[in-house]
Amino acid sequence: MSQPSVPPVESGPPVESGPPVASSPEGPDASVAEPRWHGVMREIVGGSAMISVLAVVLAMLAGGILIALTDDKVAAASGYFFARPGDLIKAVWDSVSGAYTSLFQGAVYNFKRPGFIAGIKPLTETLTFATPLIAAGLGVGLAFRVGLFNIGGRGQMLIAAACAGWVSWSFELPYGLHLILAVAAGVIGGALWGGLVGLLKARTGAHEVIVTIMLNFVALYLVSFMLKTPGLLQAPGSNNPKTPAALPTAVFPDLLGSQFNLHWGFIFVIAATVYVWYLLNRSNLGFQFRAVGENPNAARVAGISVNKMYIYAMLLSGGLVGLAGVAQVLGTVTTGFSSGIDAGIGFDAITVALLGRSKPWGIFFAGILFGAFKAGGFAMQASEGIPIDIVVVIQSLIVLFIAAPPLVRAVFRLPKPTGVGLRRPRTQTAEVTK
Amino acid sequence: MSIQDAPVQHNHPDSLPPALETTVVKSWKAPIAFGIFSIVAILLFIAFGREGISGFRLSTDSDFVQIPTIEAPTRATGVVLTVLLVALAAYSAFLVSRNRPVRLWVTVVFAVLFLVAFLTWAAAGETIPVPGLLVGAVGLSVPLVFGALGGVISERVGVVNVAIEGQLLAGAFVSAIVASVTGQPVLGLISAMAAGVLVSFVLAAFSIKYFVDQVIVGVVLNVLVTGLTSFLYSQVLTKNTDLLNNSATIRLPRLPIPGLSEIPILGPVLFRQTIIVYILYVAVAVVFFALFKTRWGLRLRAVGEHPQAADTVGINVARTRFWNVSLAGAIAGLGGAYFTMGSVGSFNKEMTAGAGFIALAAVIFGRWDPIRATLAALLFGFASNLQSVLSIIGSPVPSEFMLMLPYLVTIFAVAGVVGRVRGPAAAGKPYIKS
Repeated sequence: MSQPSVPPVESGPPVESGPPVASSPEGPDASVAEPRWHGVMREIVGGSAMISVLAVVLAMLAGGILIALTDDKVAAASGYFFARPGDLIKAVWDSVSGAYTSLFQGAVYNFKRPGFIAGIKPLTETLTFATPLIAAGLGVGLAFRVGLFNIGGRGQMLIAAACAGWVSWSFELPYGLHLILAVAAGVIGGALWGGLVGLLKARTGAHEVIVTIMLNFVALYLVSFMLKTPGLLQAPGSNNPKTPAALPTAVFPDLLGSQFNLHWGFIFVIAATVYVWYLLNRSNLGFQFRAVGENPNAARVAGISVNKMYIYAMLLSGGLVGLAGVAQVLGTVTTGFSSGIDAGIGFDAITVALLGRSKPWGIFFAGILFGAFKAGGFAMQASEGIPIDIVVVIQSLIVLFIAAPPLVRAVFRLPKPTGVGLRRPRTQTAEVTK
Repeated sequence: MSIQDAPVQHNHPDSLPPALETTVVKSWKAPIAFGIFSIVAILLFIAFGREGISGFRLSTDSDFVQIPTIEAPTRATGVVLTVLLVALAAYSAFLVSRNRPVRLWVTVVFAVLFLVAFLTWAAAGETIPVPGLLVGAVGLSVPLVFGALGGVISERVGVVNVAIEGQLLAGAFVSAIVASVTGQPVLGLISAMAAGVLVSFVLAAFSIKYFVDQVIVGVVLNVLVTGLTSFLYSQVLTKNTDLLNNSATIRLPRLPIPGLSEIPILGPVLFRQTIIVYILYVAVAVVFFALFKTRWGLRLRAVGEHPQAADTVGINVARTRFWNVSLAGAIAGLGGAYFTMGSVGSFNKEMTAGAGFIALAAVIFGRWDPIRATLAALLFGFASNLQSVLSIIGSPVPSEFMLMLPYLVTIFAVAGVVGRVRGPAAAGKPYIKS
């Protein structure tokens, strides 16, 4: 009837025994395993954590190839490859190692700078970049857990930034209170913009992917209009589409002193991570969220109002993404912003959530990883002249590889995890989102 | 299934087999929508009516047949057209109250009248170049239509194609390089299709072979293609513009069709275009015919609606999906070539600027039908171009709100004001053969 081109790799019934691991272990770590530990080793080697690490390795490898291929010195050395092959190898090594060294120095620790304070500054930059990524990633991840796909991060961030920004320069309030009000305004703004999507989905069945994409554009043009109109968001006495600066009372204080850019927004994001963890894993509402995400029909039969859950989830998701917008205007860009304030974070958040497998702490560390890529990418662009777009390529490749564990296993010839005696790696992205 | 059947029989234990009832669904949606637009018309064209003369220039200077410019007094025309709009709204309410359906022509006439009234109002004291407006609209629509056709084919076969944006961008990028290097437009077009197919291959491989969620793959592919083209553009193309991104060899010439191009209004709009636009006319017709009148189309739709049934009668679901998603990529890639070869003449970073997402909206707005999706894409193109024309003559409406319009219309459409849309039943669901 048909050629057997599509073996049921991941979601098939567990009758498939996988490759014969015990007899010829081809994974790098599997060879030392005792028979009793076979299951454990398989779990580690083939499990989701290992897949994540290997996906990052694969993506970095692909990025390295891309960097080497487009390097001028490599091109020059490949012209006389047969005369002096060593030159080509050296050129490739120089370009790739130079790129990744500057990436590391821009993201974690710069050994070239004197003293610990100057050397560790890149790490704090990484955390600063990670702050909005984690917040928005939590929002997208929360929606994933309820079976919703929130691509509307851009719009929610823009609306949140507009609300928080407006509060931050329009009122004269004491320290503390002003900040809290500005944060609350932004989060509520994002929540309402996201909640609108939930409401439309619950009431009319409108697909949230389409509605969020469309609301991104609507928010963009709405904010652009307000930025151009005096009396709304435009700075008084200016013709540029830019807002006034936030008052100092509404700005996030520096977390580690004035020599670092890291601000209190990071603490808010840690709190948000704890809250989302509690919400999803310990609260009644979170249980209902997950039930709807696993199977809406079963949840409905069990007496859960699926439509209400959609609205609540999108409200919370929009609010968390809104926190990212707040972190931008009250933490990173406090001198007034334009319509590019979202800086693509709304879309990056999707990849962060996927990399973190929609779990709060997974998203937290995924956000830090992507923050490191961002901070390091800028350093790499400045010192090595490699466009920062390579970071986007690496990030998307990471997500692509993580989404398809069988592909990574096939590349590294890893065994399939059996899950004997251990919990099964249940978070496969395809299941999380549907 | 049997659980659902049981109560139905239970409800009529001793009655005769019920006669088939024709349920009359009274839908007040159309009269309500017409009523809202009529109120807008009364407010805008009468209460806030503008004085002056509105001109409509109907022919270009180079036309064989010259039509004089139409001039209409703005306020009087507005009043007359508003009265007609109110009459149509009342007629539709009358129809619904008598349980008769509101025919499509009523909606079409209403929309056209409203548009003419709006243009008359906006053009007070100015002259609108109608051919210029329409030529620009077609130009903006061409990539949208190609993208929408690709989307229709892909979704009809059961694979949600969010990667239209990536396919367009890949087509634009590759066609620019190939056309620039070889100087052969035909090779440029073919390579654009190949680039779209390549993106489709990844989409198909991940969604059909690895069962990764199709929306996720699509989103990630968009990011990947954006990053890849931006990286290569900065790293390779800008250093070698004359060879790799030379607008002199990339841009296609306009080919007026003798005779047809001299038809007033339609001639300059439809028949003085580049070869890509003529291919588009053929493509729309062929896709429509093939989808609904051929065996290929029947199989394709069967796979998208009910893959299990299709599999049962011997259609290879995976293979059908794979090749048709590739075909969709080829069509969308050709649309990408229009950005570089048809209009701009050289490649720029992220030059598609969200056109793929608009095409996706056109697919849904057009209810997965090639002709309707084409019309929806034309509507989006018209709305964007109307905005730029009105901003040139000095429109009273802020341009941001005009730009917002297509997205708001889509949200309304998707949310069911126009009608609840239902896509192919199996779109987005991987088919796992058991």
